[in-house]
Amino acid sequence: MLPAAALLLVFLTYPLGLGIWLGFTDARIGRPGIFIGIENYQYLSDDAVFWLSVFNTLLYTISASILKFALGLWLALILNQNLPFKSFFRAIVLLPWVVPTVLSAIAFWWIYDSQFSILSWALMEMGLIDHRINFLGDPVNARASVIAANIWRGIPFVAITLLAGLQTIPQSLYEAATLDGASRWQLFRFVTLPLLTPIIAITMTFSVLFTFTDFQLIYVLTRGGPVNATHLMATLSFQRGISGGQLGEGAAIAVAMIPFLLAAILFSYFGLQRRKWQQGGGD
Amino acid sequence: MKFTRRDVIRTTAGVAAGALGSRFVGSSAFAQEGLTYKPEDGAKLRMLRWSPFVQGDEDQWLANTKRFTEATGVEVRVDKESWEDIRPKAAVAANVGSGPDLMLVWFDDPHQYPDKLHDVSELGEYLGTKYGGWHDGPKQYATREGKFLGLPLATIGNAIVYRESWVKEAGFSEFPKDTAGFLELCKALQAKGHPAGFTHGHGVGDGNNYAHWLLWSHGGQMVDESGKVTINSPETLKAIEYAQELYKTFIPGTESWLDVNNNRAFLAGELGVIANGISVYNTAKTNKDNDPKLAEIAKDMRTTSLPIGPVGKSVELFQVTTAVIFDYTPYPNAAKAYLQFMFEEQQMAEWITSSAAYCCQTLKAFDNNPVWAADPNNAAYAKASATLRPNGYAGPLGYASAATMADYVLVDMFAKAVTGQATPQEAMEEAEKRANRYYRV
Repeated sequence: MLPAAALLLVFLTYPLGLGIWLGFTDARIGRPGIFIGIENYQYLSDDAVFWLSVFNTLLYTISASILKFALGLWLALILNQNLPFKSFFRAIVLLPWVVPTVLSAIAFWWIYDSQFSILSWALMEMGLIDHRINFLGDPVNARASVIAANIWRGIPFVAITLLAGLQTIPQSLYEAATLDGASRWQLFRFVTLPLLTPIIAITMTFSVLFTFTDFQLIYVLTRGGPVNATHLMATLSFQRGISGGQLGEGAAIAVAMIPFLLAAILFSYFGLQRRKWQQGGGD
Repeated sequence: MKFTRRDVIRTTAGVAAGALGSRFVGSSAFAQEGLTYKPEDGAKLRMLRWSPFVQGDEDQWLANTKRFTEATGVEVRVDKESWEDIRPKAAVAANVGSGPDLMLVWFDDPHQYPDKLHDVSELGEYLGTKYGGWHDGPKQYATREGKFLGLPLATIGNAIVYRESWVKEAGFSEFPKDTAGFLELCKALQAKGHPAGFTHGHGVGDGNNYAHWLLWSHGGQMVDESGKVTINSPETLKAIEYAQELYKTFIPGTESWLDVNNNRAFLAGELGVIANGISVYNTAKTNKDNDPKLAEIAKDMRTTSLPIGPVGKSVELFQVTTAVIFDYTPYPNAAKAYLQFMFEEQQMAEWITSSAAYCCQTLKAFDNNPVWAADPNNAAYAKASATLRPNGYAGPLGYASAATMADYVLVDMFAKAVTGQATPQEAMEEAEKRANRYYRV
């Protein structure tokens, strides 16, 4: 118990506590700073770029998480069937997750390049468009592009984890339900989904946390541009805290992420894990 | 009587010059006059520098380092990092108090953590006196309240890079020297299918260089001498309006460009005009034997200074790199001896030459390095240290100037207006508000 407590204290409690403390100071790089109360938060509350980053982060997290869940579940259901070369396909599905984020971000950087995008080139060759798509230059396109990159990268985690969950569901339940005349949808709705819910809760909790705190994809692809249209709270925190040297303000932005993260965790645990819902009842 | 470290250094420096001895004897490269630092026993140094844009720079830096090790016995490990990642690494090292002994940092980094840097005033004064004085711009980045926080190492010049044949095809016998003519050229180039391209994205170097040139060339400034934010001005409005017109002539997508996009597009033959360091020319020149297309581009490439605006003189921001020693190093003398060695004539002259016009000298004695005349395209970068204007002009360098630039306040102001996301007035007001937060109004 003591080693575990010590580890938690050193690697979790202390950094978190330090971050919270820094958010209440005017600390800068190389200078400890003094306590200034909620001044950083007051500044942020009046900062359009901060609020834009909050909006971007929520949009990024919600859109990417929903799509990752839908596509990941669909992929897991397919991989759970008796396919030829099952192991091979499972390994392939894992690839985006295995590739280091920075490498996949660089690949997407080329894919989205305003002059050399292979997507634009292919669509133009097919005669579907007559000019290159401005993937990362237009705010709406840029947001959609970074969300798509995140989805590509995150699907394997959702798919493989849900697949592991699917394999724990006894086959006898499906046989019994089939004998009772259940359709495919009813099998999914009243057997698969309730039994998978605890795994979904855990998987989506992690998926939301990873997405909410994403940094590398944005940093490589856009540095938060164009005109801060893709700045997430994590990238803005880094830009202000480290590159800009305003440690206190950077910490305050990072701390401002905590309520959202807590909400996501609480939703997963107390929402998705409701027993009634798991047992097939209405919610 | 209390001896400070500086007293000890001064005392030992005098003695060491005569008695130091065997370690330096026989090494012509290390035959200093007047100032010598005795490396601490068992000293080993770790240095972090930026990844090279011109291979000759790194090769010569490492060769000079090897010479230093041979002369002194002090081992120096040179690590490298992408140039944009140097700032965060340096910030963490300064804050944590651990990391490389020396670093080559950028812009006003030394002003962000002056208390964490080893005072190298003695060495700075010595080198300045010996080599004709420091150029003022890079010196400002490396000094604070009269003290050298580091040694100004080099300025990375920025200049217009263009295709001569396309400019002629557009009806211009020579490259325009003023902003009005430049706009006309960009319009003509666009009409001929060879547009210009300057980044409005979060490119640390190219984005900031372009935005500052736009502002300063029209007489605008972020702050005045006292640090009062003055970005909301008629001059800034003129700069934004000019940027809006220029932007219409650009290749699509420049709002998303980071530092490498313009080089890439130019070398692919997509662009007629960009602003960049000499690295883009060097890339074409050094690879021309393997690629006929690059050979053709290299032959057609020309460089010149950015046009002069209504302000009537050339005013530009260039990247400046400073060599700093962190105060936490256990080997300050070895670190200073290393820097002294690298700045002495033989090493510095060879390094500037090998950098192929990418690194512009900060000491005036090296102004006539043969590299500047070796290729006509190098000339546009020769006076980068002499002409640069530090960021945060006309105010003092410090936390606020660094943070304002790092937060892309100016870059975003132009990007927002040229892309139509805000009117020029709105963009200016937002920039003013954001800058005021750093300048704490």
